[in-house]
Amino acid sequence: MAMLRVNPTRMELTRLKKRLLVARRGHKLQKDKRDELMKQFLELVRKNKELREKVEKMLMQVHSNFLIARAVMSNEMLEEALMFPKQDVSVDVSTKNIMSVNVPVFDYSTKSDDKANIYPYGFATTSGELDTAVGTLAEVLPYMLELAQMEKSAQLLAQEIEKARRRVNALEHVLIPQLTETIKYITMKLEENERGTIIRLMKVKDMMIEQARKAAAQQAKY
Amino acid sequence: MYKIGVIGDKDSILGFKALGLSVFPVTQPSEAEKILHQLTQDRYAVIYITEQVAKDIVSSIEQYKDNKIPAIIPIPGNRGTLGIGMQNIKKSVERAVGADILFRDE
Repeated sequence: MAMLRVNPTRMELTRLKKRLLVARRGHKLQKDKRDELMKQFLELVRKNKELREKVEKMLMQVHSNFLIARAVMSNEMLEEALMFPKQDVSVDVSTKNIMSVNVPVFDYSTKSDDKANIYPYGFATTSGELDTAVGTLAEVLPYMLELAQMEKSAQLLAQEIEKARRRVNALEHVLIPQLTETIKYITMKLEENERGTIIRLMKVKDMMIEQARKAAAQQAKY
Repeated sequence: MYKIGVIGDKDSILGFKALGLSVFPVTQPSEAEKILHQLTQDRYAVIYITEQVAKDIVSSIEQYKDNKIPAIIPIPGNRGTLGIGMQNIKKSVERAVGADILFRDE
């Protein structure tokens, strides 16, 4: 197992122990963050999928309506009718905070609220099919905006989850094992040193006792 | 205040003009790319791109994936859906979870 290159000293040991504590706490926090983000994300993405299916279906309806309108009217007439829009849509962007990820919220406002007042042309020269087409398109628009908001949120959340997941993995599989390994190494080294010192002391003591005995024996001779 | 843009072939997006969105009819992928970059500099919050156009400029769209705005959303054009939108949802699931867990049944 990989180990940090450190001096096996007591100071280093306390430092590493502190780091391990911080790493453990960070790991737990990141893990909680990831789990909660994942929960939110899965909920969002499920809704997103349903909404997209709905919007795509509605848009296909709109396209087929336009196709009919185009068949009834000449191309020039159609373009002329749609050239100068009466309605105007603008979007207000605010942000919502989901687990410290800022996701956009789109609020749209239209110039006129009257549903019947969106047709930018007189009814005399255009066909009824065009009215249907524009009407259905106006109905899809709110859903399309909701879809945009959802899809963007899902992308941003996915990005954040990826980051959190990487952090969790790095802590769990690299940093924390490395720290525990190094701490173990230092403790063993220190213990070894200690044993070495004890043995040396014992040896010195033995030698001193030996010397003392010899000295005593010599004194007894005289 | 932000605006909404629509990029695509003319026949698919003409209707959006009636609703007051800004439409940008294009025929070439390079043209679409140019307009896309222009719109991201401008105050556009949402840009819808028809899938027929989006499929050729995927790399340009990816650039803006991690920005808060604009949201670039593929929509089906009048020739039917290519499934790019769904593919994108699937991709973000894969990115987050590491495996595809929503679309397994298909």
